[in-house]
Amino acid sequence: MEDKVVQFNIDGQDVQVAAGTTVLEAARQIGVNIPTLCYLKDVNQPSGCRMCLVEVGGKLLASCSLEAQANMQVQTNSSKVRDARRAVIELLLSNHQEECNYCSRGGNCELQTLASNMHVRERRFGVERSRSVVDNESWSIVRDSAKCIQCGRCVSTCNDIQTVGAITMYNRGFETVVGPVYGRSLADSVCINCGQCVMACPVGALRERESIDEVWGAIADPTQVVVVQTAPAVRVALGEEFGLPIGTRVTGKMAAALRRLGFDKVFDTDFGADLTIMEEGTELLHRLQNGEHLPLMTSCCPGWVKFVEHNFPDKLDNLSTCKSPHEMEGALIKTYIAKKMDVDPSRITVVSVMPCVGKKFEQRRPELSYEELSDVDHVLTTRELARMIKEAGIDFVNLQDEPFDNPFGTSTGAGVIFGATGGVAEAALRTVFELVAGKELETIEYTSVRGTQGIKEAAVELPNGQVIRTAVVNGLGNARKVMQMMEKGERSYEFIEVMACPGGCVTGGGQPIIDARTRELIDVKALRAKAVYDEDRDLPVRKSHKNPDIQLLYKEFLGEPNSHLAHELLHTHYAARSLFK
Amino acid sequence: MVTSLRRVLVSDGTDCKAPNEDKKLYRMLRREITKASLAEDVELVHVQCLGLCEYEPVVVVYPEGTVYTHVQTADAHEIVENHLVQGNVVERLSNNAPDLNVRFLRRIEETPFLQGQTRIALRNCGIVDPEDIEDYIANDGYQALARALVSMTPADVIAEVKKSGLRGRGGAGFPTGLKWELAAKEPGPQKYIICNADEGDPGAFMDRSVLESDPHSVLEAMTIGGYAMGANQGYIYVRAEYPVAVQRLQHAIAQSREYGLLGDDIFGTGFHFDIDIRLGAGAFVCGEETALLNSIEGKRGTPRPKPPYPAVSGLWGKPTVINNVETYANIPAIMLRGADWFAQIGAEKAKGTKVFALTGRINNVGLVEVPIGTTLRKVIYDIGGGIPKGKKFKAVQTGGPSGGSIPAECLDSPIEYETLTALGSMMGSGGMIVMDETTCMVDVARFYLDFTKDESCGQCSPCRIGTVRILEILEKITTGNGTMEDLENLKYLGEQVKVASLCGLGQSAPNPVLSTMRYFWDEYVAHVVEKRCPSGVCKPLIHYTIDAEACTGCGLCARNCASNAISGELKQPHVIDDDICIRCGTCAEVCNYDAVACR
Repeated sequence: MEDKVVQFNIDGQDVQVAAGTTVLEAARQIGVNIPTLCYLKDVNQPSGCRMCLVEVGGKLLASCSLEAQANMQVQTNSSKVRDARRAVIELLLSNHQEECNYCSRGGNCELQTLASNMHVRERRFGVERSRSVVDNESWSIVRDSAKCIQCGRCVSTCNDIQTVGAITMYNRGFETVVGPVYGRSLADSVCINCGQCVMACPVGALRERESIDEVWGAIADPTQVVVVQTAPAVRVALGEEFGLPIGTRVTGKMAAALRRLGFDKVFDTDFGADLTIMEEGTELLHRLQNGEHLPLMTSCCPGWVKFVEHNFPDKLDNLSTCKSPHEMEGALIKTYIAKKMDVDPSRITVVSVMPCVGKKFEQRRPELSYEELSDVDHVLTTRELARMIKEAGIDFVNLQDEPFDNPFGTSTGAGVIFGATGGVAEAALRTVFELVAGKELETIEYTSVRGTQGIKEAAVELPNGQVIRTAVVNGLGNARKVMQMMEKGERSYEFIEVMACPGGCVTGGGQPIIDARTRELIDVKALRAKAVYDEDRDLPVRKSHKNPDIQLLYKEFLGEPNSHLAHELLHTHYAARSLFK
Repeated sequence: MVTSLRRVLVSDGTDCKAPNEDKKLYRMLRREITKASLAEDVELVHVQCLGLCEYEPVVVVYPEGTVYTHVQTADAHEIVENHLVQGNVVERLSNNAPDLNVRFLRRIEETPFLQGQTRIALRNCGIVDPEDIEDYIANDGYQALARALVSMTPADVIAEVKKSGLRGRGGAGFPTGLKWELAAKEPGPQKYIICNADEGDPGAFMDRSVLESDPHSVLEAMTIGGYAMGANQGYIYVRAEYPVAVQRLQHAIAQSREYGLLGDDIFGTGFHFDIDIRLGAGAFVCGEETALLNSIEGKRGTPRPKPPYPAVSGLWGKPTVINNVETYANIPAIMLRGADWFAQIGAEKAKGTKVFALTGRINNVGLVEVPIGTTLRKVIYDIGGGIPKGKKFKAVQTGGPSGGSIPAECLDSPIEYETLTALGSMMGSGGMIVMDETTCMVDVARFYLDFTKDESCGQCSPCRIGTVRILEILEKITTGNGTMEDLENLKYLGEQVKVASLCGLGQSAPNPVLSTMRYFWDEYVAHVVEKRCPSGVCKPLIHYTIDAEACTGCGLCARNCASNAISGELKQPHVIDDDICIRCGTCAEVCNYDAVACR
């Protein structure tokens, strides 16, 4: 392809861009942010919302798909353009469930922002509304078609990026509805609850199922000891809900806020992550020794697990039998901690704060329980925690840092990097290397598995000469690719880490929602991931097996990794699901 | 090759008028011919459709060219006995056209309906047996393809089509030769040529007639086009609601393959070309070329933004030419008789003829093919025979739901692409619906918006929501709840939906509203201000009243009133209760004293 340069004119100013650049992208050069709505870079570009119209030669064209041509004369702000954009907003609003004050996206809604910028002051049209379907059967995601603006961002995300295919557009024209085929509920579909559709939605048509009321109820219940734990990815994003820059580390403030909310114990899921490494590292070594069920595929991501259950049921034996970190921790809280606190396990409520909506579904799996008690009782997303903090009137940004409670408050750098793609693999390597070597090694960082690109491969040689061919994947479309390469015999691995959400847990379905424009300009996943690795570097202990509280736990209670008790409490099993629902 | 003394064509519009008749007339004629031992000497052909909707069933006897109209099955014996055996024309059936001025109607070409026409695209319709490739070949079929493949280069073919001035007949009117040239310039090796046979305008059946009556012309033209642009694979995208057309095409393709006119090494020239059929699934929007492409690719039938144009990036991203059925129907004639011949027909900026489906309040309903540039008046009055029942012409809708209504003062306008667009309508695919004084123009706009809003694909907000909002306002107006502000909003929405929509469906959806508002503003105002429908169509806005002076009190109306809305004593003037009246009009119909008025 030639490196041609195109010269043309926007609003009277000369612009030079590489051939193939769209007018939308080119306009940024002269400081014009043409409004968009259905456009989601590299994901969705149907040119359907008609917000990004510009005037060229008297005609209005969508700038998101209009490639700049030599000597083109573009007007982004003629009265024709403004009138058309206004009409579009008026029409969209005429078919939108207007309950901004009650909506979970009030204040963070792209339609609301556009309407405000267009200063629409009057509702002139609108008798009939498109069909209203409210689907709240899923444990993770709620669909409200009355708010849907048919942008298609969620459909493209689910089908093209995640290759899950749970939702589509059905019917036609005004009757179009976005949802699973045959009008099914998300709960009755192949939805794996990654929540990336929620992240893609510009309005409140898709949101998480909230558990805030249940958690307040537990906190208020005098009979309950309410224990909270927080995932690694939460602490690098929570601050954004309070106006702090993207990727600000707020670990100490988070712990302080949780205490003020009324939780009896504030634990760290990173401890559970260290635990997972102990169990999974040992599992990996066993499999390497026996040469069975390789590659070992991580199981900490509930979206990935359900994805395998639906699409690759013959590979279920490759999944690690380890529960995910917060589930492991929940199981131990209701046994080990219950004993230490001398509290009956049935009086303990475990709440996990996660960057994830899939964990809301995961928490309900019947097999993730012990003696009839669910390992985890409620899952809150980062966003929900922020709402609770605001509800309680806590001045988050000015809180003094506080530490987590012990013994499940100690964690290593290996635990915290679970939040970033490549983190689980690196954490595992840090421990597995030393287990095999039988001694302390200097290397801490295994940077070959770091980075936000979709598929990373690294062949890591253990001290005993064994090579662990590792694949680190984020985004389920990439996971499907890797599985297909393996099936065709194009690739072989010993270890695969998969995070369903593109970018890993730092940009999971439960994290603060950043609007499409900002996401284009700022690499959110890179910023949050960097914060995670910064946390790692600042921690005194950086290898899971060196965590003194982990060592104590095994000594006092579990015995050794993969022991009988460990299997009972910390391991699980999976079941094949249908390809279609 | 069979030779015969006589050739008898039966055109009974089986699929239009008598779907259950199962070719009764044809079979009866066959029986009679056999009984008279004439089976060897008479070739009986069922040609399906001559386009003479008002006259059918029609039987034409060649070589005389005698045309019998309104033929009943029972007439078969008489025709065979008198005409075929004894050689005497059956006067009773050949003068059977009471609405025409001509007393002795003998030859089909002499009918005013056909005399004013120049049939190029429809040249074979009603003449050739669509199910017999040899009949097509006998009528110069595949000669054009032979000439193109054997003695012309692809560039020669393109030059000829360009010289002819042929413009796309699907509605946009893009120069066909130029389209083929643009696609030819694109790199191969994989390219496609597609026939858009998704004729969706309500009331349009131009393409259907060609597909059912002359399918080979389309196949031949596509093969020529494939040769010109460098494509080896063609697709015909037919709407599933045309099962006979599909069947005829399948049969024609099978026969072409059998005769080596499709497939490998056609005419031994090394050119490979084949055609497959793809069915539509009930979506008007899939007649839009890029939505059609998505449909063939198995996706939702939603249009793509243009540019890029299909000639550059079309089916599966490859260079693709998409042309309408009628465009293709012209190609063999152009290639055979020459571009110069074609270019002398028609108007300066648009050459050749256009087929129109003339329907509505018109005496001679049917397909009309005339040189472009013919006036509306000539088509409606000279060929169409004017308005029946002595009513007055009010407007003609051209271009279907994408077009607009043209009033009487514009009747002398030439039918040309640019002229019609300037009048607020468009050529479209050729629908021409005539309306008289009993048509309410506001209701017409409502009718078309009801159609377009149903057919909107939903991808872009202006069309998806805008058409619904426009329809809501029109329904408000036609039910007597409109305001002047509504009329302002209609104009605003109409204009914005027109400029902001992604594809032609949305861009042209407001045309019926905008054009009727332009020419029939008074009617809109009457609906809104006086709450009155001047044409007496919008039921909530018409009122039946009894003239007390004329009423004799016979009570006939009251007895016939289905909703008991009329009251009155015997021999006293009766009264209609407007609140109960359902506007069925029965009272006005039964009154012998003309005492019931409807306003």
